[in-house]
Amino acid sequence: MRNELLKLLSQNARYTVEQLATMLSVTPEAVAAEIETLEKEGVVCGYKTVIDWEKVDATSVSAIIELNVVPKADLGFEEVAQKVASYPEVEAVYLMSGGYDLNVVVKGKNLHDVARFVARELATIDSVTSTATHFVMRRYKEMDVKLCEGEPDDRGTYLL
Amino acid sequence: MIDYSKILSDTVQSIKPSGIRKFFDIAATMDDVISLGVGEPDFQTPWSVRKAGITSLEKGKTKYTSNSGLELLRQEISNYIDRKCGVNYDPKHEILISVGGSEAIDATLRAIITPGDEVIIPQPSYVCYEPITQLCGGVPVIIETLAENDFKVTPEQLKAAISDKTKALILPYPCNPTGAIMEKADLEALAQILRDTNILVISDEIYSELTFAENSHVSIASIDGMRERTVIVNGFSKTFSMTGWRLGFACGPQEIIAQVTKIHQFAIMCAPTTSQYAAIEALRNCDEAVADMKAEYNRRRRLIVDGFNKAGLTCREPKGAFYAFPCIKSTGLTSEEFCEKLLEAKHVAVVPGTAFGRGGEGFVRASYCYSTEHIIEALRRIEEFVKEING
Ligand SMILES: Cc1ncc(COP(=O)(O)O)c(C=O)c1O
Repeated sequence: MRNELLKLLSQNARYTVEQLATMLSVTPEAVAAEIETLEKEGVVCGYKTVIDWEKVDATSVSAIIELNVVPKADLGFEEVAQKVASYPEVEAVYLMSGGYDLNVVVKGKNLHDVARFVARELATIDSVTSTATHFVMRRYKEMDVKLCEGEPDDRGTYLL
Repeated sequence: MIDYSKILSDTVQSIKPSGIRKFFDIAATMDDVISLGVGEPDFQTPWSVRKAGITSLEKGKTKYTSNSGLELLRQEISNYIDRKCGVNYDPKHEILISVGGSEAIDATLRAIITPGDEVIIPQPSYVCYEPITQLCGGVPVIIETLAENDFKVTPEQLKAAISDKTKALILPYPCNPTGAIMEKADLEALAQILRDTNILVISDEIYSELTFAENSHVSIASIDGMRERTVIVNGFSKTFSMTGWRLGFACGPQEIIAQVTKIHQFAIMCAPTTSQYAAIEALRNCDEAVADMKAEYNRRRRLIVDGFNKAGLTCREPKGAFYAFPCIKSTGLTSEEFCEKLLEAKHVAVVPGTAFGRGGEGFVRASYCYSTEHIIEALRRIEEFVKEING
């Protein structure tokens, strides 16, 4: 049940325990217990809402920042990654293979805001050797959800 | 003034248009309708299949194929039916690739009916068998399958329907709209009756891949003595979400398929070439995509059955296809009244059971070819509706 439950939760975190139980053909108690276990084990780390912020607040911006970092002898990238991750401006941090080391997603009120954060906070971290900032122009899909209007259901309604 | 009724054939004029068309025209004028009406998958055709179609176009594969269809595809179909049903068909002589299962049904009926012949048709069932039989001059003999028999054809019903004019039995399982399937023992019992006759079974197995217990689809052709008296109709529409590609097939004894192919050759030439190339990919590499879609259908199926029962509309577990067929008798409404009022009051569209022939009164068909969110909302409205009706 675990994998199927995770799949359903990742699609829609607002399914009720009863709905999940019906779809998985198990008891609501079993679903509730499994969710609790998943949360305790840190497999399920949180529940959030997919929001198209452009529709609410057109001025806020996001940027993806590529950081090059000198790894520490004993800690590797761990220390700097944790430090970057702890800023509230930072939405996501990934250690990357390839051309650079850390991929950081930053959100700010406007361009200046983000630029200032990169220059003052990220670029000044000791082990960071370079940054490259790419502003997001438009979002089409977020967490598996298409943000622009979906295609209408054009299946003929009278089909049998 | 021209009198078109003098031009159109008596037979075609005697066939009544599908009654629900009007009903769905009303639905089409409302803008917030939640429909559970459609009988085709909401999934996209798997990308690799679409790509195979595109690649064939890029390579300029835009000519007719042989009348029976691409030999490579017939070979793949032969492998597939062998693997799934345990019946072997010679790709050269026993398989015809058709324009959907629809054309295979049409051409097979045309190949066998002499005017006056009787064709046994279980109902409620898919809507094409009866009018096509009539267009061929055949006489439909309807078996009304019953909820208490899980909408299966019983041996007693079959025996009672057979006469010396019986030419064929349509076996539409897994069944649209009831979701019923025929298990091996059920088929054995029918085979017992059919084995020593000259009756052909046209087994419409278009939903063969959509049964929800492990390996629960059994083809009647795999039952002892039945292969020689069965034409299997199947296709790509439902299994691979390929309704618009218009591709299906018929498998059967050479003597029959040769004549069906003759009709197909004169009426159609060949099935769409692009679709045939795409279908090769579907049969070769899409087991996982099919399994994923099926798992999703299964979750929706449980949700919708549970929802109807909670709303007070008794709904048996549909074992196959992608429809629930709840009983609405408790509301005191007829099927059509129920559907009209539900549409009017809650803007939810389901199909009256009566659209599927005899035995459909008292039931409605709800398709679960929709996202779970969509189904949950529809069920919420239906529950509200039933509460209001029952006061
Ligand atoms: C039972 C049954 N048979 C045949 C068909 C026709 O399918 P195709 O798209 O292969 O012509 C349908 C379509 O709804 C169906 O439900």
